[in-house]
Amino acid sequence: MNTQGTVFKYPDNVDTDVIIPARYLNTPDANELALHCMEDIDKTFVERVKPGDVIVAGWNFGCGSSREHAPLVLKTCKTGCVIAKSFARIFYRNAINIGFPILECEQAADEICAGDEVRVDFDTGVITDLTTNKTYQAQPFPPFIQHIIKSGGLLASLKEGADE
Amino acid sequence: MGMTMTQKILAAHAGLDHVVAGQLISAKLDLVLGNDITTPVAINEFNKAGFDRIFDKDKVAIVLDHFVPNKDIKAAEQSKTCRTFACSHCVSHFYDVGKMGIEHALLPEQGVVTAGDCIIGADSHTCTYGALGAFSTGVGSTDMAAGMATGMAWFKVPSAIKFHLTGKLPENCSGKDVILTIIGMIGVDGALYKSMEFVGDGVLSLSMDDRLCICNMAIEAGAKNGIFPVDDVTMQYLAGRSERVPVTYEADDDAEYEQTITIDLSKIVPTVACPHLPENTHPASELGDIKIDQVVIGSCTNGRMEDMEAAYQILNGKHIADGVRCIIIPATMQILRTCVERGYVTAFIDAGAVVSTPTCGPCLGGYMGILAAGERCVATTNRNFVGRMGHVDSEVYLASPYTAAASALTGYITEYKEA
Repeated sequence: MNTQGTVFKYPDNVDTDVIIPARYLNTPDANELALHCMEDIDKTFVERVKPGDVIVAGWNFGCGSSREHAPLVLKTCKTGCVIAKSFARIFYRNAINIGFPILECEQAADEICAGDEVRVDFDTGVITDLTTNKTYQAQPFPPFIQHIIKSGGLLASLKEGADE
Repeated sequence: MGMTMTQKILAAHAGLDHVVAGQLISAKLDLVLGNDITTPVAINEFNKAGFDRIFDKDKVAIVLDHFVPNKDIKAAEQSKTCRTFACSHCVSHFYDVGKMGIEHALLPEQGVVTAGDCIIGADSHTCTYGALGAFSTGVGSTDMAAGMATGMAWFKVPSAIKFHLTGKLPENCSGKDVILTIIGMIGVDGALYKSMEFVGDGVLSLSMDDRLCICNMAIEAGAKNGIFPVDDVTMQYLAGRSERVPVTYEADDDAEYEQTITIDLSKIVPTVACPHLPENTHPASELGDIKIDQVVIGSCTNGRMEDMEAAYQILNGKHIADGVRCIIIPATMQILRTCVERGYVTAFIDAGAVVSTPTCGPCLGGYMGILAAGERCVATTNRNFVGRMGHVDSEVYLASPYTAAASALTGYITEYKEA
């Protein structure tokens, strides 16, 4: 699995309230919610994002609430993945559980610029900045988590376990 | 190597004699919780995956609190989805309007959570119940769905930071000032993935409401959980309310901590977190004349009885400053009823405040006190992110009920000093 796209760059501590403001959480409909993705930090994100595009951010991405709506709207907008220096733990867990790819890589988060074209290989964790022609190695997931991702999310992996 | 208190609870629920930090385990759950925002997503996942029953009707709690009484038609539909599911699966702990409260004030009050429990909740402030000596952590809706179906959850065993508390808090400070001070010290990711274990002689002087407030905001330091030892204060609180028999776990003497931070409670001062991060803390006395438009006293952080007592102590017989809207939200029906019985509600109204039925409402910018562009609010809530209580150009200052009430009287951020 991999993704390729243009980089949107954000700072440290991007919280779930800016990823999807709570004022819109009166519906669980992912398509409706996705219209407001990143609205409070980047008003034009939804207009500009193309399938496969990559978000690059600093420390503690996804801090704040437990709303799974946050990784869900990023996934629904067809964002390819998020690369950050670190992730808040509930966001990290939610992204894995719904099968939305995230990668931790401090150097990539520092060096990759907004607008760069990048390719990310999820199997190897190799991030390639095609604009600068530099490569980075993200931290691989532990096998247990790889299993959840490969199954297509937590519930699918539970089903697999039950069927075995 | 010994285990921390959190690690002991996790080991016991995973059926293991010993666990170490970093280990991936599967643990039995004593309670799975959701609210009116996260539960509909969980129900959708639960149904989509083809599950037809919940693992234990007494170990699932669904609390309608964020947007109820329903703020609009869509919110009403979400509540209805929760109600229908709770009814069809005979969920014992379903709390609807009239019975509900803000989940993290309600479940301890009703004895639904107890010492030694292992709990997940699809709400980030689920970490609150660590005050009772439980392991309790926030998760998302898919985890809630899996938890409801299987009664199990996977965890990475956390390492821990030990907070050694000494001394006793000054009269104008509360648990809120303690946790804001700590977050200011270690930052919003200072305890990322870790446990915050509170120990030391200072613990005894902290009331249960203070402890609940402190653990509530552990997530604001990025922590997996916050936890207090079980002592006389805990057992007195649990007596007569706990549904299950409390189980006491203690950290081993040789438990490993990544760091130990000593905090002298007597040195804590009224503290305010300025926009737009909870780590941006300053002593209230040093903030100068920051003019405010609104005060909110409530939320899962500070809507408990002692918070109402603090507000009453300050507002009774006084009047709120011109140009300030003061919204007081007792967190549960029982707290609201006590406020009525004791005459607090009359005193609040006479002071020029409004008193609401329990709701998370303004804390997350839902309703019941949304801010316009350029407006400032002093709130006893837990987050001051951009746009958290309304317009992206509004500001939230986090503070204790003492500071919030004192600020309501002056119209600017004010440290409370006893007359």
